[in-house]
This record gives sequence, C-alpha cells and structure tokens, in this order.
Amino acid sequence: MTAEDAVAEFVKDGAQIALGGFTVNRNPMALAREIIRQARKELYVVCHSQGQALDLLIGAGCVSRLEIAYGGLGRFAPTCIRFRKAVCQGAVSVSDYSNYQMTLRFLAGALGLPFIPATSGLKTDLVRIDGFSSEDRGRGRVPLHKLVMRDDPFNPGREVILLPSLNPDVAILHAQYVGEEGTVRIKGLTFADLEQARSALHVIVSCEEIVPEEFLRADPDQNCLAGFMVDAFVLAPFGAHPTACFGFYDYDPFHLKLYSTAAETDEAFTQYLNKWVYPIASSEDYLGKLGDDHLARIKADPILGYARGLDRR
Amino acid sequence: MDAKTASTTEMMAISAGRLIGDGDIVFAGTGISMLAATVAKKIYAPEAVIFFETGGIDPSLEELPLAVGDPRVMSNTAMNAGLLEAFSIVGCRKLKTIALLGAAQIDMYGNLNSTVLGNYHNPKVRFPGSGGACDAASLAWGTIVFMQHEKRRFVERLDYFTSPGWLDGGQSRYAAGYERGGPIAVVTDLGVLKFHADTRKMYLAEMYPGVTPAMVTAATGFELDVSKTSVSKTPSENELSILRNEVDPQRLILK
Repeated sequence: MTAEDAVAEFVKDGAQIALGGFTVNRNPMALAREIIRQARKELYVVCHSQGQALDLLIGAGCVSRLEIAYGGLGRFAPTCIRFRKAVCQGAVSVSDYSNYQMTLRFLAGALGLPFIPATSGLKTDLVRIDGFSSEDRGRGRVPLHKLVMRDDPFNPGREVILLPSLNPDVAILHAQYVGEEGTVRIKGLTFADLEQARSALHVIVSCEEIVPEEFLRADPDQNCLAGFMVDAFVLAPFGAHPTACFGFYDYDPFHLKLYSTAAETDEAFTQYLNKWVYPIASSEDYLGKLGDDHLARIKADPILGYARGLDRR
Repeated sequence: MDAKTASTTEMMAISAGRLIGDGDIVFAGTGISMLAATVAKKIYAPEAVIFFETGGIDPSLEELPLAVGDPRVMSNTAMNAGLLEAFSIVGCRKLKTIALLGAAQIDMYGNLNSTVLGNYHNPKVRFPGSGGACDAASLAWGTIVFMQHEKRRFVERLDYFTSPGWLDGGQSRYAAGYERGGPIAVVTDLGVLKFHADTRKMYLAEMYPGVTPAMVTAATGFELDVSKTSVSKTPSENELSILRNEVDPQRLILK
C-alpha cells in the first residue's frame, strides 16, 4: 500500500494514535509527513518518549490532545520546540505519565486488561495532577480518570496506582524489514513499539525494505510481529529520517539542527513544512531533496549500526 | 581548555564516576550522566554495567551516545530489548541499580522536577517531562542527580513534583510504599551534596577546588548544612586524559 492510501484508510480526524520510536530513533516520519499532507485534525496522540514525529505533527496543527511521558530530541532540542510552544500556549491538552506507566498502559491494552497496577510515581504530581479537564474525562476516548489510587488488596495498608489501559485506533511505526505478507522485523531496540502495535485496533508499518517472506521465515527468532497483526505496510526508504534507523542510517545532526532553528518561529516553521513536507510526493522526492552526498554522511556501518565518526557537534 | 585543570563539566562527570562501584548496574540518562557512566566504566568500575531505559543492555560505547535513543546504545550490547525489559532491570531486587538523572529543579529532600516551571495547567516553561526519570527514581537501588547549582533550581518547593527523592524526609519514602531507593548524591557545578541518614536533608559533602561554602549557600534556595564539607580530590592527569581523549573526543558534552 502507499503511505497515502494507508493514512487515508486508517488515520481519521480525531483518531487516537500511538507513535512508535523513541526521541531521535525510528520515528515514523514518512507516515507523519503524510498525515500532515492529508491535514488530519484533532488527533489524540498517546506515546512514551517521542521526538520528531510528535513535534512535526503538533507544529502542523494535527494534534489536540496528548498523553505523554517525554517530548525531546536530545541535544538538538532538549525539549521538543513546537511541543513546548503548543503546551505553553494551551494549543494542545496534555496529561503527563512516565515511560513505565505509558508502556504498562499499552501492555494492558494488548492483553485485554481494563487497567494495570503500578507503584512507580507514588505521591508525585504525575499521580496527583490531571492535565485534562474534568469535563473532558469520560468523553470519547478520554479515560474516566487519569488513574485511580487503591489499597493493594494483597498488602493491606499499601497503595497502588491503577492505570487505564490503552487501545488506540491506530499505531504507526517504522521498521527495517517487512515481508511480502506483512511479517515485521525491527533491528536494534523495539522500545514499546510492539506493545503499542498489539494494543491498537489498526497498525501501519513503514519500512526500509520489503523482503521475500522466506527471508524472514528463515530466521523467525528475529521477527517481532506476524503479518495478520499489520493492517498496512508501506515501503519508505529513509522513512525515519531525520531520526535514526539502526543498521541503515544514523540520526541526521545537520537536518535536526536545521529543524530546531526553523521550529523556533512560526514563519520559519511554515517554510520548513513548505519545503520538506507539503510538496513531497514520494520517498524519491524527499531523498532527492536531501541528496546522495548528504545521505552518505549518515549511512550506518552495517556492523555497528550507526555512522562511525559522524560529526554530531 | 587548560591541560591540567578540570572544567566544571569534567569535575561533574568525574565526581559522579567516583561514586560508581564495580558490579553496580548503572541506568544512564541523557547528557552529563552519559559521560559519568562511561568515565566510571573506563576508570573506576570496569565491572560496572551500563544500560538504558530504551532497552540497550551493556553496549560497548565505542562512541558516546547523545541520548538514550541513540543507536550507539544498541551497538555491541549483551542484548537489545525494549522499555519493559529495561524497567524490569531497574527494579530488580537482586541488583544494585544506580540511576543517573538530571532535572530542572530539586528540593532539600532530592525530589525532582523535569516537567514545568509555573503552574502545570498554564506553564511558563515546559520541559520534556518524566520520561523514565520518575520510574528510575521510584525503582532503582539509588540515584545520583546532576544539577546546575542555582538558587532558582535548588528550591524550597518544586513547581511540579516529577520524580521521588526522600519525599518529606525521614522515613516518609518507605511509608509511602517505596521499598528501596532514594538519592545518594547530587552532583553540581559547585560540588557534591549528600543526604543525612536520619533526616534525609541535603548537606554539602564536597566542594570543587576554588569553591567556598558561601558560594554554595548563595546558590541554594533552602537552608543547607555546610559543616561537613571537604574539598574534592583534584582529578589526576590520567582521569582527565581518559575523559577527554577516550570518552568524549568530539567534545559533544564536554565544553
């Protein structure tokens, strides 16, 4: 399927959407750019630690609600810039959790559990303060409570945090390989992509390469999702750029710096979208704009998985 | 950079690295904690293991990762996993896990804010958020916190309470339901602070060469015991050389 068709079919206005990847790594950027081109509105993003895909979607005005643990791009933007601005301006409604809490919520959704207990964060403001208004609670996909404190029935006198499970409408993620029948292989770290995918009603996977199914089945220990879990897969070489894709390319320090500068003002950010998102018709188009020489600088050493000696200053 | 004198960032990385012991299982965050973890392993605790909340367990770290999502945390590891596996290690009872964290604000009991300045519902400044910091501070055997030592960061009351330290001091952390953990030390650009064993209040344990107790109290927004302080051991040429030439030759974090 093309990214255009996959997004048109599975990402609707107002959808609750789980973003795969982690800060500067394996963000589903080709899919995020397509969502922006199709001008999706009022998305309800659920994630743990996100970076570039989240920031771009927020900056382009696609997101109205967010449950999140972290929005940052390492030294390129210690706090994601459009995320920071949108939260401070009240343009998105945000409720904070921790990484462990968000991952547990996806796991619970994947296992069909209504909620899941945790003890991480007892007494903190993550537990005590709700970012969503009481009027919004219980409406649409917004859980009735951010979380609920209860006595631990197995250890009287102790409290546990009950976290509502998550079953997003759609999970989008980027993988290195997908087989012709949809089997997914992620190299490097999987983060919480698999919990997200298993909890979601629909799954879209973009990938560096579509490979023969026999190639993946010859070494099945390496695979992480069966094809029947995947609703659409999309060929998107450099589909995580400017974030990294282990074994294929590093994060792109040049582009991330260019982006961080652009994200600081509305004019420059619009120019960025006008150059790098709206007019892009295909992967070839995007890669042509970056240029082969540039892509060669971030190409990963196949053994190390990253670009050795890349100038990251 | 003066060849013989340590910069502030170098003092911070070395001071924290000296607190890591052989066999410790170190959870490293982004920034200086990455330097400290690497320097610890290369100098003080070669048997320590470094891992990341993203799921990279014991990477070779031939190049310095810039973030916990850096592909360098996935390279030549004991195993590559995900967030759930990493958090199962942080909290594993049989392991002495030490988490290295940073924050925007800290109070006298080592509780941390990495979420907002101002009112949470209408913030003046938004920071990235907890990420795994709250979880590491909840579950690890102990934490070491990196801070810039400024009055607006060492505060009486946090604008937002993201990650648990010693809560209200004394036994309150355990009374709240945490079975272990709590901050061991706070490493700043002025020195190293620790916590009294009974009250769990922060005190000044070490000052870097050239720093005075008055400089520290002036940069601290709450009452601080400076009666037990000493001057940090000056880093040796060997310590500095390893930090500069092997850990961060590109000066990605060292300035």
